[in-house]
Amino acid sequence: MEITLPLLILCIPLFNFLLLGIGGYKMSHKMACIIGVAGMGITAILSYTVALTYFFSGNELFQTAVDGGVERLQYVVFNVDWLAFTDHLVIKLGFLLDPISAMMLVVITTISFMVHLYSRGYMEGERGFQRYYAFLSLFSFSMLGLVVATNIFQMYIFWELVGASSYLLIGFYYQRHSAVSASKKAFIVTRFADLGFLIGILILSFYTDTFDFQTLTNNPGAVLASTGGATFMGASVLTWALVLIYMGGMGKSAMMPLHIWLPDAMEGPTPVSALIHAATMVVAGVYLVARMFPIYMVEGSATMVVAVVGAITAFYAAMVACTQVDIKRVLAFSTISQIAFMMVSLGVASLGHSEVCHHGLGYMASMFHLFTHAMFKALLFLGAGALIHAVHSNDYTAMGGLRKYMPITHITFLIGCLAIAGIPPFSGFFSKDEILSAAYAWSPYMGIWMTIVAAMTAFYMFRLYYLIFWWKDPDYGHHTPHDPPMTMGIPLIFLAAVSCVAGFIPFGHFVTWDRMPYEIHLDTVIAVSSVVIALLAIGLATVMYRRENSIPTKVKNMLPALWDWCYHRFYWDELYMFITHKIIFNSVCRPIAWFDRHIIDGTMDMFATVTNKTSWAIRSLQSGQIQSYVLIYLLGAIILGVITVMAVM
Amino acid sequence: MFENPLIYFVVIPLLMLGGLALCKNIKQIRAVAVAGSVALIGLSVWLLVDYLAKRAGGATDPMLYVDSWMWFEPLNIHLAVGVDGISIAMLLLSSIIVFAGSFASWQISDPKAFFLWLILLSTGVFGFFISIDLFTMFMFYEVALIPMYLLIGVWGSGNKNYSAMKLTLMLMGGSAFLMLGLIGIYYHSAPEGGQLTWNILDIVKNDAIPHGWQSFLFPMTFVGFGVLGAMFPFHTWSPDGHASAPTAVSMLHAGVLMKLGGYGCFRVAIYLMPYAANELAWIFLVLTGISVVYGAFSACVQTDLKYINAYSSVSHCGMVLFAILMLNTTAMTGAIMQMLSHGLMTALFFALIGMIYGRTHTRDIRLMGGLMKIMPFLAVCYVIAGMASLGLPGLSGFVAEMTIFVGSFQHTDMFHRVFTIAACAAIVITAVYILRVVGKLLFGPVQDKHHLELTDATWWERTSTVTLIICVAAIGCFPNFFNELINFTFSPEIFKVIGLN
Repeated sequence: MEITLPLLILCIPLFNFLLLGIGGYKMSHKMACIIGVAGMGITAILSYTVALTYFFSGNELFQTAVDGGVERLQYVVFNVDWLAFTDHLVIKLGFLLDPISAMMLVVITTISFMVHLYSRGYMEGERGFQRYYAFLSLFSFSMLGLVVATNIFQMYIFWELVGASSYLLIGFYYQRHSAVSASKKAFIVTRFADLGFLIGILILSFYTDTFDFQTLTNNPGAVLASTGGATFMGASVLTWALVLIYMGGMGKSAMMPLHIWLPDAMEGPTPVSALIHAATMVVAGVYLVARMFPIYMVEGSATMVVAVVGAITAFYAAMVACTQVDIKRVLAFSTISQIAFMMVSLGVASLGHSEVCHHGLGYMASMFHLFTHAMFKALLFLGAGALIHAVHSNDYTAMGGLRKYMPITHITFLIGCLAIAGIPPFSGFFSKDEILSAAYAWSPYMGIWMTIVAAMTAFYMFRLYYLIFWWKDPDYGHHTPHDPPMTMGIPLIFLAAVSCVAGFIPFGHFVTWDRMPYEIHLDTVIAVSSVVIALLAIGLATVMYRRENSIPTKVKNMLPALWDWCYHRFYWDELYMFITHKIIFNSVCRPIAWFDRHIIDGTMDMFATVTNKTSWAIRSLQSGQIQSYVLIYLLGAIILGVITVMAVM
Repeated sequence: MFENPLIYFVVIPLLMLGGLALCKNIKQIRAVAVAGSVALIGLSVWLLVDYLAKRAGGATDPMLYVDSWMWFEPLNIHLAVGVDGISIAMLLLSSIIVFAGSFASWQISDPKAFFLWLILLSTGVFGFFISIDLFTMFMFYEVALIPMYLLIGVWGSGNKNYSAMKLTLMLMGGSAFLMLGLIGIYYHSAPEGGQLTWNILDIVKNDAIPHGWQSFLFPMTFVGFGVLGAMFPFHTWSPDGHASAPTAVSMLHAGVLMKLGGYGCFRVAIYLMPYAANELAWIFLVLTGISVVYGAFSACVQTDLKYINAYSSVSHCGMVLFAILMLNTTAMTGAIMQMLSHGLMTALFFALIGMIYGRTHTRDIRLMGGLMKIMPFLAVCYVIAGMASLGLPGLSGFVAEMTIFVGSFQHTDMFHRVFTIAACAAIVITAVYILRVVGKLLFGPVQDKHHLELTDATWWERTSTVTLIICVAAIGCFPNFFNELINFTFSPEIFKVIGLN
């Protein structure tokens, strides 16, 4: 494959960032918008070309015939040295084309282009419009660089860059306190997680002497062997490395207990939430595990951690989502829960040995869900943006009965809800069904647990849907809400259309863990039962929230403690506040600063003072008075004389 | 003598001093300062290119452009010069910071005297980096330190007399240790009956310092230079000194002078006494490890911008010494990269703080807020400096820190591992204090209504900051160039201590 197209995919957004970042303040809003949208449009077209070429050209660079079908190959388009630590440990910047990176190219550029387009309407007239587009370009560049990384350090580099662009975009409304502290929180929490990632990389590269993904994943047995059975605190070093790397993924993908930044990140502009905090950046953790999947597969305990953390997070986030008032927060917790689905799916992938289940089914399911989720969650967020744009509030309490005023938003939002709830024929149904199959194959308990979470998903999404579009008919006065302008409407319609049909993509043909295409099939029992359960949950939501009534309050009063805990997100934020503020800030930093000023510096000052005092003390000896000198001389002479006499005697 | 290009690093500043003495008004002074620093940058760049060409041509000596002129025969003192990739990188750094510093002090009061002292200081710095004779090296070192007292005492702010005195006395205390160490090295520089020498290259060739003496002289020299490198617990001059110093002096001091410490530590302490370095590194590793973490924690609760930066420098410079003590090629290369990176970004920080202080007349972050709206250019530069400091890829801090971490992790024992991980953890704390300042100072609502009338950067301020930002980004984007320039010296053939490991 020509090097030009892949290189342009990375360079256009980077160039746009520099152009808009440096020259933006001299441009008109329209100009900045055209540059941003056109650049992303071209990038999207190029990405589609690359992805389609990869999947369909049948070129021998990309696939090879093996018995029983074809195997898709990993193809390195380019790979240049960037920083050589030692002869083997070299950070390279490159472009790796394989099924998951090609899929991610499509996902990122599609959503990013839609968001660029949508922002034209949403951000109209905002101060810093050019800066906004510059940051979006920076983000797109970093995210694209992340998914095409050829080695783990390149991934870490772009990982940090997406973190920084996320920081800049969350804090876009920098004059708001809440936005500033949210951006700070997001950066620091993910930075803390990245510490784990970094140490994981250091451990892994120390034993394997390479950063390269292909070297690592093509022969996981060799990776295992290279550690030579070394252990640390009871676990093998490979487990440590993988769990620490996963910690980085937990931070970015908002897994418990590092999830606390994501709900706050909703302080950013809504299109940003759609792009970064729903569809692309937050799935980086999933992508990371998927990228290193063969190594995770040989280390069962690390995979177990992935699955268990995912399962707990999925349930937790779903519970919290049932009680939130801010519609973006509901969506944020829903995102956490759905990403946890993908994590669980990866965690259970390696052990799917049952007959009905293709080996590594969970891997395919996870990627499938990543794809469909990106589409319908971006749709939901953009829909939420349209609602916020119309009523100027994030709370559902300010909404209600909006179906009459905003038909396009209503229909597209409903499609998004049906997709995430797992109702056929919408896309979420197909991917979630695969995940549930994988979970059941791993352990029936896991399957049941995830089915319950899926039911909760259907419930809270329809709770949200009804509260926004039905529930009550408030008087909107002169500000009658209306559908957004076409720049915002087109992305909604497009994404809704994708959410309707994406489920029919034969995903197994494209993305599998061993890159061998296979036919996916629905597990009828699981499919039917999960649809029935989802419908029951939707029915429950309908009963409770379709019309304004007192059932929700009654339910809340029945379980006040549980409701309180859910509403306050199980007090995680307070716990973190306590640790950072009370313990680290007040009990570590302050004492250290005090110690430095008073003890260390005090000692240094003491040397000076003592020297000073001593000189003052002995100063009187140099009084300049002849009489006193004579006196001392005489005294000395007498003492010496006495000593001599005594010595002689 | 004048056919050796290195000597011009001292000649140009001396000519500048002469020129400044003749200047009649501020315009001429500025012209001399700018012309001189441009000439220095030009010379460093030429040297860099020529050096790389020579290396590409197969020159394998540890140092190139080596020359030596007798200065004082009875003690065999020479003016000896010679450079390798590391010194060239340092020369380049120094000339860029002198350039940026000249622009940052565009409107200083009593410019003639100020620039005279400033250029004298840079003479010392350049002389230090080109010297390979321990005695002249030490002389230049002192030449660089003394003007600091006057620059802070006269042009400083706040509690300037105390700070100037403290800084000078502490650094002099370090020099005392250092002098002892250097004299000790001299008297053991040759085998029994041989000609004693101050020349670094000859001392290494002779390899005559007995191991017993090494374990006495190594701590002497390391602590001597370490004081200037802000090693715990000898770092307390740094916060006070920086807080009181005028902008350009802070820039030069944190940007270049503190590098003298790190440079001296490896060029003298470790290079000349590899056995003791190998034996005793762990003691200093503990101290510098503490510096890294402790500096970062202290910075978290400061409210004065310069104190924050001074403590951050303690942390970052601690990282330099920490990495040097890891005694392997990768980590030591990282240490030099960290010196370059820290020099540039701290200079940038101090320049920006000076510019902000010049407008708001306060450095207390509690009294400021929302500057992004008022002075967007300076604020954006501050964010970039902050991002470099917390190690964002694409800027210099990241490559330096990663090289250090990867290098440090090559040690397999628990002791090194624990300290390496603690140092890694410090980068999280760095993020905390950087974002705290950025969030408080630049973002949020405007705190003081009077600040709304303030103006953004002038052209000379822009020149100063943009120069530094370009350099920070250059290192961050093309690290391998610097990596290769530096790590030639850190090969086991040249740096014996690496082979010992």
